Amino acid sequence: MTALAVHPVPGAEDGPPDDADEARAVGRKRSTPYLLLLPAGVWLIIFFAVPLVFLLSQSLQTGSLTTGYALTWNFAIYPEAIAQYSEQLIRSLVYAASATVLALLIAYPLAYTIAFRAGRWRNLLLVLVIAPFLTSFLIRTLAWQNILATDGPVTGALQALGVTDLLRGIGLIDGNKLLGTPLAVVTGLTYNFLPFMTLPLYASLERIDPRLHEAAGDLYSTPWTGFRKVTLPLSMPGVVAGTLLTFIPAAGDYINSQLLGSPSTTMIGQVVSGQFLRVLDYPTAAALSVVLMLTILALVTVYVRRSGTEELL
Amino acid sequence: MERDLPPLTLPLLRGTLSRRTFFRGAGAAGLAALLAACGTAAQAPKSSEDRAAEDKSDKEKVVNWSNWPEYIDVDDAGKRPTLEAFMKQSGIKVDYTEDYNDNDEFFAKVQPQLSAGQDTGRDVWCSTDWMVARLIRLGWVQELDKGNIPNADNLEDNLADVEFDKGRKYSLPWQSGFTGIGYNPDATGGKKVESIDQLLTDKTLKGRVTLLTEMRDTVGMVLLAMGKDPASFTDADFDAAMTELQNARDAGQFRGFTGNEYTSGLASGEIAACLAWTGDVVQLQADNPKLGYALPATGHMIWSDNFVIPNQAQHKKNAELLINYYYDPKVMAQVADWVNYIPPVKGTKDALTAADPDVADNPLIFPDDEVRAHAHVFRGLSEDEETKYNKQFQSLIGA
Repeated sequence: MTALAVHPVPGAEDGPPDDADEARAVGRKRSTPYLLLLPAGVWLIIFFAVPLVFLLSQSLQTGSLTTGYALTWNFAIYPEAIAQYSEQLIRSLVYAASATVLALLIAYPLAYTIAFRAGRWRNLLLVLVIAPFLTSFLIRTLAWQNILATDGPVTGALQALGVTDLLRGIGLIDGNKLLGTPLAVVTGLTYNFLPFMTLPLYASLERIDPRLHEAAGDLYSTPWTGFRKVTLPLSMPGVVAGTLLTFIPAAGDYINSQLLGSPSTTMIGQVVSGQFLRVLDYPTAAALSVVLMLTILALVTVYVRRSGTEELL
Repeated sequence: MERDLPPLTLPLLRGTLSRRTFFRGAGAAGLAALLAACGTAAQAPKSSEDRAAEDKSDKEKVVNWSNWPEYIDVDDAGKRPTLEAFMKQSGIKVDYTEDYNDNDEFFAKVQPQLSAGQDTGRDVWCSTDWMVARLIRLGWVQELDKGNIPNADNLEDNLADVEFDKGRKYSLPWQSGFTGIGYNPDATGGKKVESIDQLLTDKTLKGRVTLLTEMRDTVGMVLLAMGKDPASFTDADFDAAMTELQNARDAGQFRGFTGNEYTSGLASGEIAACLAWTGDVVQLQADNPKLGYALPATGHMIWSDNFVIPNQAQHKKNAELLINYYYDPKVMAQVADWVNYIPPVKGTKDALTAADPDVADNPLIFPDDEVRAHAHVFRGLSEDEETKYNKQFQSLIGA
């Protein structure tokens, strides 16, 4: 792209020589998109490209704080880090995927209702979806500690209903408590990223022309067939955007597992933070970050290809 | 496709094929150079002149102090009486910031500046013993000018000569504390929890025990329970302690590993028993007198958070005057009365007896000689040992 941009604009050379003014105008018009991209481009270079180079470099360095770090192309760190922390990496992906599916199941009916059935309550409901953002992420997660407290009413009620026995039976919890279990971590992730699922879904559902529903009805489709053949396909861009916005941050999250989990629910974000802050093993921390990034990128590419919505990328 | 392109684009696109190959080669070489440029230089130990910045103390009557949260006296109006008094008396304005939440986190925050030989914007802060050891090892803190701190003579004798800072050249303690066992009788069914064995193996506590993310506290307590001295353990001892901890972890005994945040869980009963620091528990007991605290018979850990002055501090002398002020037993008594940790200044107990006899008689704040004799410190670690032990401990705590 940039290679093309520095060359004379084709239109300018094509035009008759006496039409210089017009050519300049065309040239300006051609350069406008690049000017508009400039702020975001600079931002991306400073806050993404440069740190990414640092990260890659750091992962291939060896040394210590006293001796300094030098680039030794230590590629062996990658297989080592993956071998040592594959358990946490896979767990993170499984938790993130579970949270994404749960969030989709909760958010779709919600977004559908807001888009088609809410009437004058629509704006209020949208505000309510976003309202949790008014408090900090940390506070919201800490609140779940109270909700899921071992001697709290939720745990008590679930026990009385026999739900805890069921959950224990399928291995989601251990003993009679909810906190410190995979279930608590996935619940926290689902809750925290729900708005990221709801809003794109709402945006794509809201764009659907309601007359299409009527047309489906006129053609003798049942409401369910209408939904399956008209609404769902048209809302796919929202589904894809929502799942990406949920899955990607959830896979790297470390707050939920830190506050709601136990040592056996550790996610990869916690490992990176521990290696970076406590062990001071910067290369391993950097390598794990790169591995996480590439894994997510690969999964997302496959997913987007499968769902046939490449134009989103 | 090709038909839609502007006329000149096609040859250009065709031309780029070779150019692209060229760029790819150049790009790879450039990326390699770029990656190599990201290394950091070795830390040659700096001479004291290189560590010091020009001292602006006399021109700017300011000192920037970073400290742990809720670690100084506060009155009902939210003011800090001892700080206010210092400002009034010396004319030096103290910028007091509670941004020291965790040794490792704080280290990550100041490490880039210190390794580059730059000012951190702070003149003094309070680091735990082992972090002081690391900062001294890296040459990132400055020698204190005791000429400005005559009150340093009031330092308790048992803290005067520590392994990581012989003769206290670089550091002076701010507060000390013990690591012991805290428990909530409501959650343990009225049972007392007074030994590490109980903490690690009592099935009735399963999943409701927390230990500390501070490796030296957690491993130190386990070493003591195994009859080893944390001041002189071997690699094999460390491994044995880790095995004990790992077994308990695998049995699902632990809810997690925490910093100060165990306090809310212990108060609510979510945490039945945990490793806990004295000052925290004394403060919690003020609200809930039922909470139990035990120093195990096998011994307990003692630690201090110490004033240090980082390299390139802009107001070193002011910082030293501040330290001197707090080494006055009358001032330290006011702090001790509020924070409930163990004050390192001789005469504090006498100064407090008149004002608040309850606190002055609390054995967790002014421990007697027998309790002190059971207190142990973790030995200093070399950089290699520190990395190795941290790695093992980190994989235990699951991160």
